Amino acid sequence: MSRVRVEAVVNGEPVDFLAGSGQSLLDALRDELHLTGSKEGCGTGDCGACSVIVDGRLVCSCLMLAPEAEGRRIETIEGMAEGSNLHPLQHQFLEHAALQCGFCTPGLLVAAKALLDKNPNPTEEEVRYWLAGNMCRCTGYDKVIRAVLAAAADLRQEGQPA
Amino acid sequence: MKAVVTSADFNLADNESIEAGESATAVRDVALNCLADGKVLYAGHAVAAVAATRPEIADEALELIRVEYEVLPHVIDVDEAMQPDAPLLYDDMITQGVTPAPTRPSNVAKKTVFGRGDVQFAFASAAHVIERTYRTAAVHQGYIEPHACVASYGADGQSTVWCSSQGQFLVRALTAKILNLPLSDLKVIPAEIGGGFGGKTTVYLEPVALALSRKSGRPVRMVMSREEVFHASGPTSGSSIDVKIAADESGRMTAAEMNLRYQAGAFPGSPAHLGAMTAFACYDVENLALNAYDVVSNRPKVAAYRAPGAPMSAFAVESAIDELARELDMDPLELRILNGVRKGSVTVYGAKVHSDGFIDTLKAIRDSDHYKSDVPDGQARGVAAGFWFNIGGESSAAVHVDETGGATVVSSNPDIGGSRASMAMMAAETLGLPIERVRCTVADTTSIGFSGSTGGSRVTFATGMAVTQAAEKVVEDLKRRAAEIWECDAGHVDWRDGAAHCLDPSKDVKPLKLQSLAAKSAKTGGPIAAEVSINAQGAAPGFGVHICDLEIDRETGRTTITRYTAAQDVGRAIHPSYVEGQLQGGVAQGVGWALNEEYIYNMNGVLENAGFLDYRMPVASDLPMIDTILVETAPNPRHPYGAKGVGEVPIVPPLAAVANAVSAIVGKRMTSLPLSPAVVTAAMEQGD
Ligand code: FES
Ligand code: FES
Repeated sequence: MSRVRVEAVVNGEPVDFLAGSGQSLLDALRDELHLTGSKEGCGTGDCGACSVIVDGRLVCSCLMLAPEAEGRRIETIEGMAEGSNLHPLQHQFLEHAALQCGFCTPGLLVAAKALLDKNPNPTEEEVRYWLAGNMCRCTGYDKVIRAVLAAAADLRQEGQPA
Repeated sequence: MKAVVTSADFNLADNESIEAGESATAVRDVALNCLADGKVLYAGHAVAAVAATRPEIADEALELIRVEYEVLPHVIDVDEAMQPDAPLLYDDMITQGVTPAPTRPSNVAKKTVFGRGDVQFAFASAAHVIERTYRTAAVHQGYIEPHACVASYGADGQSTVWCSSQGQFLVRALTAKILNLPLSDLKVIPAEIGGGFGGKTTVYLEPVALALSRKSGRPVRMVMSREEVFHASGPTSGSSIDVKIAADESGRMTAAEMNLRYQAGAFPGSPAHLGAMTAFACYDVENLALNAYDVVSNRPKVAAYRAPGAPMSAFAVESAIDELARELDMDPLELRILNGVRKGSVTVYGAKVHSDGFIDTLKAIRDSDHYKSDVPDGQARGVAAGFWFNIGGESSAAVHVDETGGATVVSSNPDIGGSRASMAMMAAETLGLPIERVRCTVADTTSIGFSGSTGGSRVTFATGMAVTQAAEKVVEDLKRRAAEIWECDAGHVDWRDGAAHCLDPSKDVKPLKLQSLAAKSAKTGGPIAAEVSINAQGAAPGFGVHICDLEIDRETGRTTITRYTAAQDVGRAIHPSYVEGQLQGGVAQGVGWALNEEYIYNMNGVLENAGFLDYRMPVASDLPMIDTILVETAPNPRHPYGAKGVGEVPIVPPLAAVANAVSAIVGKRMTSLPLSPAVVTAAMEQGD
C-alpha cells in the first residue's frame, strides 16, 4: 500500500507522519502517532469510541482517512488536560464515578467537550441526544450525563470557553 | 505471509473440563470453537488463520485458502432443534441426565431437574393457576472493546500472551492446554479490559495467535472486528420457557412447574440449569418441578453474560406473578412480600436463605417516592424482582509497604468496573492509611498466586477478602516490629489510625507511624509485605427489585422509559457510587434486552445484524436517569467489611419490569422479547 506524508496539527503541536492511503485517521493516531487514547469499538461510525475534533467539528476518526487530515487541526483526548490540570469534564467524570471499564470514556469526553464548546448551558435532553452517538455498555449513562451537566456548570462558573 | 494454522495445530486429545467463572468449560469445545474441525457449526465459525506482516497480505492469503463446503441442513430455533426430526449437530449426542439414557442422538445435550414436594396435588387443589410460554432472543454482552491479543512464542519455549480478559489465569489454562504447553511456560499479562460482562471468560484468539507465533517465530497480534465479535463470540442463550404457578385464595403460591429450553449455541453449555435454580429463588414455594434443557443449534457457542441464565427465567416467573397479582387484584409488591423468602427459607437447590434481604428490598421499593407517586397519565408501571447467587472461590492478593510508608495492593483479578479502587479502599481502611497512599495493580500470572476469573460478582468479595487478610498480616507484622523497637510484648501493641500505640503503662513512648516503621524496616526484619491465597467461602446472594414507568407511541410502537428505580440488597457498599453504577449499567443492559436487542437470522442460518447499527443497544437518549436504592440492612457476616457481590443481580429484574408495564399499556400479556416497535404495534392492532 502506498504511503503518503501528512502534515497536521494535533493537540496544538505540528506533526507529520506517513499514512497508508486507506488507513483510517484512528489507526494513524494510534499506530503512527502513538496516541492510543482514541479507541476502536466498531470501525463503522456507530459507537463513538474513536471521537476526535477536527477543525472544531466532532468526527468519528474511524470513518475519516488519515490522508484527509492534511492541514487540519485535530484535538484528541490526549490534549484535553493541561499538563496535570484536568479539564472540568475529566474532573467531573472522576467525581461522579462516570466510568467503569473506561473504554468509551475518551470518546465521551471528546464528544462532550465538542458540545460544551458550542453550548455552555445544555439541558439534560440536549446532552442525551448529543451523546447518543457514544455508546457506553457499562454505566447506563446516568452518571455520565450528571458529570457533563456538572462540568458545564463549572465552566460557566469559570466564565471560560470550554 | 508467515504461517497458517488450523485445528490440526491444536491438542484435541483430552476432553478435560476446567472451572471458568460460574461454570465448567470443556477445553476441547473451546478449541473447536476457535477453529472448526471437519464440520463448521455456525455461520462465522472460523476454519483457519494466517499470520502476515501486514493486514492486507493476511487478507490476500485468506482469499487463497480454498475450503470445500457441503451445505448441510441447519437449525436455529431452540424449539425446532428439540423436534425429533431436527437436523443434528452431532451424531453422537445422547442427552445426559435422563434415565434410562435415550437410545437416539438429539440436540439436547443435557436435562437438569430440580424439584420438591407434590406438584400435581398442589395444582389439583389450587384456587388460581397461571400458565404461559415465554420467549427471549439471544443477546450479546456488547462490551465496546472487541477481543484482541498479542502472543509471542519464545525460542526457548517460554511464551507470553498480552490480552484483555476476565481472567489471566483462565486464559493461561485454556491456551496452554489447547496448545499442549506446560502452564509454567506461558505467562499471561492482563491488559486493561474494555468491558466483558461474562463474555471474556473464555478464549477465541489467544490459542490461535500463539499457534501462529509458534509456527512463524514472530509475535502475532489478532484483533476481532465488531462484525466478528457478533458472529463468533459468545452471546447468551435465547430461551423458550413454560411456566405454570398455583396459588391459594390469599395469593400464597403453592406450586410451580417450569420447562426451560435454552440455546447453547453450537456446543453444550447453556446456563439453563442456572435459570432453573434462580427462577423461584426469591419465593418460598413448597412444591416445585423444574426441568432445564441445554440445547445445541447452529449458532455461536454461548458465553456467560451477567447473571447467566437468570434474566430469562425471571422474565417468565415475574411476568406470571404480575398476571397473578392482576387476577387477584392485589398490589404486585404485597403479593411478592407475601411469598418472598425470609431468613431460614430453603431454595430448591438446597441452600438456606440467611437474611431478610429480599423482604427489605421489596419494602424499600414499596416505600420509595417512585412507587408512592401516581402513574402519570398515559403511562404504565411495571415491577419485578430478581436474584443472583454471587460466588466466592480462589483468590490471591498481596500488600507491599514501601520505604516511605505508602502501600501497593497487588490484585489477581482484572479490574472490570472499578475493583482496584475497592481493593485499595479495603487495604487503606485496614492499614489506617489515607486512600491516596494506597495504589492497586493487577498482576500477571507469574507475579501473584492463582485466582479464579473476574466473574460471578466475586472480586470485591473474594479478592477483597484476600486483600483485607494480607493487610491484616501486615498490621500484625507492624505490631511485632513496634514491640521489638519498644522492647515490649507484641500483645501490648495496638494498631489504629495508621500507627502502633503502646499499651504497656511502664513505657513512655510516642505512637510509631507506619512511615517511621517503614523507614526502619531493614532493622526490624526486612521488607514489609504479605501475600494471601484463599478459597473464599460465604458469598451471600443478592436480591433486586425494580420499578419501571414507560409510555408507548401508539403510531410507531416505540417504548420510552420515563422513570426507573432499582433497589438492591447489597450487603455493605464498599464504594457506593461504583455500586450504583453497577445497578444502573445492569438496568440499561436489561432494558436493551427487553426492548430491542436480538440476534436475527435469515433463512440460511446467517446472522443478519452483526453490527451496532442493526443490533440496537441503548444509547444515552433512550434512557432516563436510573435511580438507585442501596439496601444495606444485611451486611454479609462472612466478609470483613460486609461486602457481597452486586454486579449481576441488576440485569435480572428489568426484562419483566419493562414487559409488565408494556403489557399493561397494550392490554395483553407480552410473552416474547424483544418488545421492538414492530412487535408492540402488531400487538396493539391485534388487541386481545
Ligand atoms: S470506532 Fe469509530 S464509531 Fe466506533
Ligand atoms: S465505561 Fe465501559 S463502555 Fe463505558
